[in-house]
Amino acid sequence: MSPVLFVILAAMLIVSALGVVLQRSPIRCALALVTTLFVLAVIFLFLDAQLVAALQVIVYAGAIMVLFLFVIMLLNLQQDVRAMAWLGARVVAVLMGSLFLLAAVRFFVYPLAPRLGPGMGGAPPEGFGSTEQLGQRLFTHYLFAFEITSVLLLVAIIGAVVLAKRKLA
Amino acid sequence: MSAVPVEWFLVLAALLFTIGAVGVLVRRNIIVIFMCIELMLNAVNLVFVAFSRQLHSMDGQVVVFFVMTVAAAEAAVGLAIIIAAFRNRETVNADELNLLRW
Amino acid sequence: MWIETGIVAIKALVVILMVLNLAGILGWVERKGSALIQDRIGANRASVFGIAAAGLVNTMMADPLKFLTKEDIIPARADRLLHTVAPCVGLFAVTVAFAAVPFGDVLQVGGRTINLQAVPLNIGILFVLAMVSLSVYGVVLGGWASNDRFSLLGGIRGSAQVISYEIAMGLSLVAVVMTYSTLDLQEMARAQGQLIGGWLPAWGILYQPLAFLIFFCAGIAETKRVPFDLPEGESELVSGYFTEYSGVKYLMFFMTDFVEIIAISGLVTTMFFGAWQVPYLQRDGFHFPGGASMLLPQIIVAVMQVLSFMIKVFFFCWLQIMIRWTLPRLRYDQLMRFGWKGLLPVSLLNVLATAVVALAVQG
Repeated sequence: MSPVLFVILAAMLIVSALGVVLQRSPIRCALALVTTLFVLAVIFLFLDAQLVAALQVIVYAGAIMVLFLFVIMLLNLQQDVRAMAWLGARVVAVLMGSLFLLAAVRFFVYPLAPRLGPGMGGAPPEGFGSTEQLGQRLFTHYLFAFEITSVLLLVAIIGAVVLAKRKLA
Repeated sequence: MSAVPVEWFLVLAALLFTIGAVGVLVRRNIIVIFMCIELMLNAVNLVFVAFSRQLHSMDGQVVVFFVMTVAAAEAAVGLAIIIAAFRNRETVNADELNLLRW
Repeated sequence: MWIETGIVAIKALVVILMVLNLAGILGWVERKGSALIQDRIGANRASVFGIAAAGLVNTMMADPLKFLTKEDIIPARADRLLHTVAPCVGLFAVTVAFAAVPFGDVLQVGGRTINLQAVPLNIGILFVLAMVSLSVYGVVLGGWASNDRFSLLGGIRGSAQVISYEIAMGLSLVAVVMTYSTLDLQEMARAQGQLIGGWLPAWGILYQPLAFLIFFCAGIAETKRVPFDLPEGESELVSGYFTEYSGVKYLMFFMTDFVEIIAISGLVTTMFFGAWQVPYLQRDGFHFPGGASMLLPQIIVAVMQVLSFMIKVFFFCWLQIMIRWTLPRLRYDQLMRFGWKGLLPVSLLNVLATAVVALAVQG
């Protein structure tokens, strides 16, 4: 995959991520997030992670974001009257964000770069990122985590239903 | 993506994470704050997938699987809490949901 | 490299043209078919030089022209961007799902073996499922962007219905994937060319009859057709989530409906009825179980297979249209109960039964 393609996808990703933070209307923020997730799924496809890309679209963009949109529509949220904090808070937040970004790149990525080797380690083995391999890894090595996650989902479902239920007064 | 070094992905993910973090700090609508948290989780997913590809190990993608599952559970419960809070206080502005503040 | 790109482009073009043309024809089948069922004549006013062609001129020439030339109205306080984007998202999502559906086996031309599937995806079924779950956004955005109470209600109902039945659909697909041990639709189609006991074509319906029923019901619910069409609720919500749309955007929503019908028919055909398989037809000709065989040139075989696919898809589209005009509408709570308390447990049991049978057969 060429650097040109990466730059295009990265630009789309950043633009839609900025859309999430900067839009006034929550529905448009949600849609910007859906676009971000979709572009991320495309990037995953290029990184030989096919099942993860499909799951990203089905679970994240197709279910979680629909849940977000549902809640926004249910609460009928129009454009935010006060979308962002006051100017001082915004300045400080952006400053801290840039400091964090610079620190992360300088102290995490730079020292790691020489040890990582060029070109993404060459071609991956046959069937890398496929459903079979992910399933094998998931159901042998990570079986316990898998079972615990299913219990977690059950707890989340019950919790969500109980919390959002209308109390019969 | 074999001509693109993995550091580029790490920087992209760091940028995405920063945008999400700034969003959490700056936005006042709780649901939008929640969405920025999801953005941060996705930045982490990108790091995991990039490293999984670099190191030819499926473990990174398994972790991404779990992160997505946990994000789904967290989104469901969080949005239920927001709905419950909205029913009581008629607002989703973080500045106005301040009953527990000192 | 350019030849490969050209071949893929031509395949994609063929698929898109087939789908969009079939969507138009289905519009006519719907109007005339419903008229025949309801003992009336249907659309027959528009004619060219006195030839009305049994309503074809009306439905395929006059109607599209009318939609294309109507004024595009956006409600005053609606979100203009979302109002325009909503039908596009819906149509895009369901049309792209066809990229993974195989419409033939192979075409051997000029020393090259072309796989008759727009894009050979090894996560084929998951891709289709992903695109179908993206089609929710057309409904959601359409309902919200109209800034209108009835549209919003139709949009909320529609999206709740779609995501509920998506689950049953996905679970029935899990059973199918377990049967064929592959996610690629072309591999599934090829696996159905085998013969059980030497004479019975191993079509998916013989292995997974319950999954077929569940998938078909869930598919009709996904496309929001009667008996599950409360989001469109013609007698209750005016037009549901596309009340405030006129002209081209309404045409796009309408086409999304028909393209979804074709998508569900295409998937049912591929997974349960042998896709492009004609019984006993291999790549070089007929091989009957008695031992007799009839050799045919490969191009004839390819044409027959593509035709068989199209006939099967058309049959299921026709079936869905007939169902629409026969059954009454389900009430919303009945609809949700059927999805969550009916189809979902049954599809889970189906997965369990499939797993047990698969283990028993293997071990």
